[in-house]
Parts: sequence; structure tokens; C-alpha cells
Amino acid sequence: MSDQTPILNAKDLSIFYGDNEAVKSISLPIFEKKITAIIGPSGCGKSTFLRSLNRMNDFIDGVSHHGEILYRDQDLYADSVDPVEARLRIGMVFQKANPFPKSIYRNIAWGPNINQLGGNLDLRVENALKQAALWDEVADRLDDSALNLSGGQQQRLCIARALAMEPEVILMDEPCSALDPISTLAIEDLIEELKAKYTIVIVTHNMQQAARVSDYTAFMENGVLVEFGETDQVFTRPKEKRTEEYVTGRFG
Amino acid sequence: MSDMNFRTQAFNKANLKRRRAQSKAFEYFCSGVTGLAVVVLALLLYDIFTDGYRWVDAQFLNSFPSRFPEKAGIKSALVGTLWLVGFTAIIAIPTGVLAAIYLEEYAPKNRLTHFIEVNIANLAGVPSIVFGILGLAIFVRFFGLGRSVIAGALTMSLLILPVIIIAAKEAIRSVPSSLRQAAFALGATRWQVVRAHVLPSAMPGILTGVILALSRAIGETAPLIMIGALTFVAFLPSGPMDEFTALPIQIFNWTARPQETFHELAAGGIIVLLAVLLLMNALAVFIRYRGSKQ
Repeated sequence: MSDQTPILNAKDLSIFYGDNEAVKSISLPIFEKKITAIIGPSGCGKSTFLRSLNRMNDFIDGVSHHGEILYRDQDLYADSVDPVEARLRIGMVFQKANPFPKSIYRNIAWGPNINQLGGNLDLRVENALKQAALWDEVADRLDDSALNLSGGQQQRLCIARALAMEPEVILMDEPCSALDPISTLAIEDLIEELKAKYTIVIVTHNMQQAARVSDYTAFMENGVLVEFGETDQVFTRPKEKRTEEYVTGRFG
Repeated sequence: MSDMNFRTQAFNKANLKRRRAQSKAFEYFCSGVTGLAVVVLALLLYDIFTDGYRWVDAQFLNSFPSRFPEKAGIKSALVGTLWLVGFTAIIAIPTGVLAAIYLEEYAPKNRLTHFIEVNIANLAGVPSIVFGILGLAIFVRFFGLGRSVIAGALTMSLLILPVIIIAAKEAIRSVPSSLRQAAFALGATRWQVVRAHVLPSAMPGILTGVILALSRAIGETAPLIMIGALTFVAFLPSGPMDEFTALPIQIFNWTARPQETFHELAAGGIIVLLAVLLLMNALAVFIRYRGSKQ
């Protein structure tokens, strides 16, 4: 498949909500500067898995896990790892756009500011907005409230906010599920462009989207990783029958 | 499924009319009850203003209580109330808001936390006289603070703490968790999330709760009588350890006298008390307005 070493590597990872096993012994490598899509029916554990990759599950009561996630060969859940630092390197974009109720500028500047990333903050904001293909639309109203933007613009703002931190990995949890087709296409184009600099993991319900943008695809069902491979292979020559049934739309 | 039937369903027209009538009737009922409440309030205010308005003047605000109604004033009571509420605010606001932040943002969701939360809710319903007894036993006697402003403020703080904590908790809880998640995903610590996002979003709600609680403290009489705030004070407190009186006590004292003129003085005192309350509410509205503009 690929002989490079993965930047993130789940090994035999199980995640529990109390006694309920939502993710079952998943081993899944995430390769650097590639787009990995995770597809599967609702409730299959794909979002739970994604959130474990930057320790966002820490905030949910009663979540525990077995197995390990290696980030550049370092256990992400080791005692020596500060989860705040992990989230600095592994950013996240959520299903529903969640801009801060502040100005466009302050939405993007806040993360770099509190983490004292240094450099010219104005330039950093501009670059992030340009990378997120939002600059032309907001350049003359950076002090406007982010809440006045359209849904698609808000989601791109959230992507820009993640980019401003210059993370290594960006996790996206169904980033287009609340958007219209045009905004969705804009964000898909954006994701493809970001691949040059970032590693992206995207959870999606939309199989066409996975087929369009990703290099690798993982198919999950009922907490189990059914199949993982290069996207072409998963969609055209799936090894598992369940995968074939799902990607051809016969269930789910 | 190809042969869908779009025929309009028959429905009972009389039934629809009845439902509309019910809806209207409920609307009239609600507006009637609201109107009744407003009328009663207006009558009370009218009664008080006609009794007391001619007493409220500079002399009234600037004089100490007296045996002679025309010389009597509420200077010591008004200043005493300001001292009392000032210290109560200094003690109760930080304590209450910090407790709410702890309970909502930091405390583990376990039985102990739940137990504490239930008890805070219960404390909000405890009669104020009970807090007065507690204040008398602990602050006045045990800590030897006497009948001082600080003993009164501590007692009042106990009384309004549950109210502040509950209001602040509700305000903090109403901040959407998606905001917290967004901030955490940018590598923020809990404190940075709370300071930059949770508190600013929750501030209007917290402020409303704080003002309501302080308004309650201004109007309370029972605990102050219990801890022995004086009813006849011809001096102003000059520090937290001084003895004091407060507006509701002065009003209570005047209404308890047989002479009709003192009852009118009491009405004048009520007008001053209402004015202080309105000023505080106006201040809260102003702060909220400024906060929402940013």
C-alpha cells in the first residue's frame, strides 16, 4: 500500500462509553500529507475514532480506551503527553460550523495568540484566510462579527482558524454535512489544495465526497474497521463484501 | 408507491372552530391575569406615592431619624444600606460566580458534586430568618463581629449566595459546548476557554442573577433584625466594624409607630428604596447593553 511511516497510527484501539464498546480493536495508519476518509453508516464509531486522534474525547464523561495511538511513534495518551500540546499539532474542524461570537479577525488570531506562536499576527490571519479561500470575501470586513457570515463561509472560517495554528494534521468531522452543494464543492476543492501542506483525516457520510477527495479510505461498521485501502481500490475493487454493498449503495 | 392518493382528507370544520376558540380563550385568560398583576402593582405604587411623595426631599435624605416626623430622615438608613449592599456584593459575587464556574467547568460529575448542587438549590429556599439566626450565632457571637456592617454583609452574602450560584450556573451551562470544543481544539487550556469564551458569553445571564440577588439583599429585613441591626441610628458607619441600620429596618420601624405621620414617612422610605432598586437595575441593563455591543 504505502511504505512511508504513518504520522498517526492507531494500534488495536478500542473506545468505550462506559461499558459500551463504540470502537472495536481498530488498527489504522494515517499517512503524512495524504487525505484519509473514514466512511460508514451513522453510529458506526467513526466520529468517536476521529475525536480520539486529538484527545477531544477527554471532555466526554465516561469515555475510556484500550490500545494506543502513536503520533510520530509517541503514544498520544502517555502520561508525559500534554493533551493541550497534542491539540496544537492536531487541529480539528467540526460538523457544525462553530465560530466564536467575535470578529472574523479575532476568530483566527485567538489560537495563535494564546499559544504565543509569534510572527506577524496580521500576516498569519491573512495567510490562513487565503489558504481557506475566504480572504477575497472578507478582506475588507475583518472586524465584522463572524456570525454574519453565511454557513459555508463560517465553515471555511473554522478551517482557516485551524490552519492559522499551522498544525500537522487536521481532523474534519463531516465538515460539509450542514452545507449546500456549492459550499460543499468549495470546501472539497479547498481540502484537495491543503493536502500539499497538511495531513487530513475526514469523516464523511457522503461516499462521493470520499471518492472525490481522499487518497485512502477506511470503511467502518458497528465499531469495526471493515476495510482500509487506497480509495480507488476500496471503491472499485473492494476486498470485503460489506464494503462493496455499502459503496454501491445497497445498504446504509 | 406509484399510485399515491392526494385526495384532500375530510376534516371536521366545527372541530377546527372549537380549537380556534380554545386558543383565543387561553390568550384572553393569560392577558387578563397579566393585566390583573399590573393593576395591583400600579395601585400599590399609587398608594405609596400619594402617601409619601411630599416627604421625599433633600431634608428627608439628609436627616437622621427623629422623634419629630418633620425633622426625621433616612440618611443613616440609606447610607447603611449602601454599605451593606456594597460589602455583600464584594463578598458574594466573586464567591458565587467562582463556585458556579467550578461546579460547571471543573468539578467531576459524581455523587459528591450532585449532592452539593442539590443542597445549594435547597438553600435557596430556606427562609431568610434562618440565615439571620445563623449569622447571629456565627458572625455576631462566635467571631465577635458584633452588630457591625460586616456581620450584616456576611449574613446577607450567605442568604444570596445560592441565588447567585444557581443563576451563574444556568448562564454558564447555556453557553453551547461547541464553543468550548472549538477553543479546546486550538490548544487552549481550561482557564483560557473559560476566560475568553465561556464567561463573556455567560456574562449577561450572570449579571442578571447578581442584580436580582442584590435586590433581594436590599429588601431583606428579617435577618438584619435577627443579627440586631439597630433601629435608631443617629450616625453614619465609617468602617465595616461600625453599627448600622438599613432602609427596610427604618421603614419597618416607622410603620410600627402609632402616629399617622410616621406611616407617611415609611411610604417616603419605600420610594427611596424603590429608587435604589431601579438604579441598580438600570445599571445592569446598561452593562448588558455595553457587553452585547462588543
